[in-house]
Amino acid sequence: MSKADKDNQKSLPISIESLSKSYGDVYALDDVSLDIKAGEFITLLGPSGSGKTTLLMTLAGFVSPDQGSIYFGQQEMTMRPPHMRGLGMVFQNYALFPFMSVAENVGYPLRVRSMSKADQKKKIDASLEMVQLGGYGERRIHQLSGGQMQRVALARAMVFEPKIILMDEPLSALDKKLREHMQIELKALHQKLEATIVYVTHDQREALTMSDRIAVINNGRLIQVDAPKALYDQPKDLFVADFIGESVLLQLENSTNSLMLRGKPLKMTNPMPNGVDPYCLVIRPELLVRSNSKDDTVNDLSGIVSASVYQGESVLVMVDLGNDTKISVRLPAHKSHSSNNIPEVGKQINLGLHAEDVIIVAGKV
Amino acid sequence: MEIAAKTQLEGINSKALAKGRRKEGRLFFNLALPSLIIIMIVVFIPVFWLSSLSFFDRAGDLSWVNYDRIFQGQLYIKTFIVTLKISFIVLFFCILLGYPLSYWLSQLPDRIAGILMVFVLLPFWTSVLVRTYAWLVILQRNGIINDTLISIGWIDEPLQLAHNLTGTVIGMVHILLPFFILPLFASMRGIDNNFVRAAISLGSSPREAFWRIFFIMSLPGFFAGTVLVFVLALGTYVTPALLGGGKIQMLAQRIDSTIMLYSNWGAASALGVVLLILAFATIWIFNRAFGIDKLFMR
Repeated sequence: MSKADKDNQKSLPISIESLSKSYGDVYALDDVSLDIKAGEFITLLGPSGSGKTTLLMTLAGFVSPDQGSIYFGQQEMTMRPPHMRGLGMVFQNYALFPFMSVAENVGYPLRVRSMSKADQKKKIDASLEMVQLGGYGERRIHQLSGGQMQRVALARAMVFEPKIILMDEPLSALDKKLREHMQIELKALHQKLEATIVYVTHDQREALTMSDRIAVINNGRLIQVDAPKALYDQPKDLFVADFIGESVLLQLENSTNSLMLRGKPLKMTNPMPNGVDPYCLVIRPELLVRSNSKDDTVNDLSGIVSASVYQGESVLVMVDLGNDTKISVRLPAHKSHSSNNIPEVGKQINLGLHAEDVIIVAGKV
Repeated sequence: MEIAAKTQLEGINSKALAKGRRKEGRLFFNLALPSLIIIMIVVFIPVFWLSSLSFFDRAGDLSWVNYDRIFQGQLYIKTFIVTLKISFIVLFFCILLGYPLSYWLSQLPDRIAGILMVFVLLPFWTSVLVRTYAWLVILQRNGIINDTLISIGWIDEPLQLAHNLTGTVIGMVHILLPFFILPLFASMRGIDNNFVRAAISLGSSPREAFWRIFFIMSLPGFFAGTVLVFVLALGTYVTPALLGGGKIQMLAQRIDSTIMLYSNWGAASALGVVLLILAFATIWIFNRAFGIDKLFMR
């Protein structure tokens, strides 16, 4: 690759190799290796304290790892101080400078790079236009709403055209409706910018909505890195199966040559695993269907209704399978559907799980 | 609708609810009343009464004689200059010592910063008089510092550390430093780490991020500390009286001698009024210089 090509690129790949960081006896990062493609939108997803923010801060250079290496493109970044890494960064609480106007905030990285006043103005205007805040330049920060502050923070992080943008839970302070709107907008912005984006969140729905790939992190370790659909449909282990979606895990019994669900062989389209390892069935509320038939391709999960919760677009029904096992099923709320006449609490409900919807994960609950 | 909202709304329970709100307001006023009365009695009335004395001569007639003497007498002008000079020197050293210390403390984990703040506040538990005498013991001709320096051979003659300007400044900086650190530390604690990180991620070196972001955001605390130290320094009495060795005459000492030696209450009162005006002027000038009101929030 020639030097000119390299400068014209709008994004850079990131290569992380055996990165570790410990605080006392606790590993915040435990031998993490990850390759991120140029222009990819990757999300680091995990519960709080999982190490996802530590990983992001290590990429930014604010946390120094105990071992490992970080490359942006061909260049090693591990030792480079944070202000020389050329990253755009969006913080959880925006970190907009309160004593500067919107334009001064967005222009900060340009002033640091001693760009001419005229060029600065052009870039600031273009950047604010991009986040739909054209004409807001003279506003003070405290005059903005939460969503507008978020947009200014985005504009400031991308105004100097960084090839990599890091985002640390940037939408967590917004209300649900605005958050969902901003997710779509961010996704569109990513397509326009073509930069590599590393995004940190603990909100699985947000991760599923926006990402090209999701890296699930727990206890400082990368558990699974996959596209959203693959992650949802084929969770690699119990943690991912439990963390993604509103899953209930049901222990399966092993028999000689098949897995048993409630005393009957489990019907599934994917090949049945061999051996005697314990397996769990992952039951997602939206995958269950009401059925009376004893169809060959449907696993029977009928039980007693223990509660039902009306949630607007759907009804969530808690079902008691006996033996202290409870699952839940999500039924659409439209009136024409037969699911509208949900049995009362204490009555029997017939439920089934199609063989092609069966997800199993190795492990014991 | 709008007009109706502005005038008194007449609806279910509206009168009773309005009455409830008025009652709550009265309760808060009543709670504040005792301290308001005490402040009136022990602060405002004496200050006004004492100030009014400055407008009468010794015969009890209205006159400007007390102020004429202040602005014509060389002695008084010199006192003002000395007072301002010492206050500025003390302020300078408080900033020099206090800013880095506050910054360091503000960057430490909560628990450690809390423990170390106790050491900053420790001097408050001892009286100013005791601390000033302690400095006298340390700084005098055959005090600890001079003895040590002579014994290790750095100096031959004892340094003149007490009974002069040096001693006065050392004592005053020691006493006033916590007043600078406390508000500054509080304001630095309130600056989210992410502001500096954001500046660095946008390409500023750590040094540049400190001056362009952190320092500017610490200015409200810096301003509060500066005003506190300077105004308190203007009115200092004990430290220059003991550590100045009679060579340093600050305003408060001049007021004291005017009453004790000449029992001229009018003249002393005029000096007090000028001191008060000086203090207010300082706050106003510092506020203009730092532009605090336009720096933060609304």
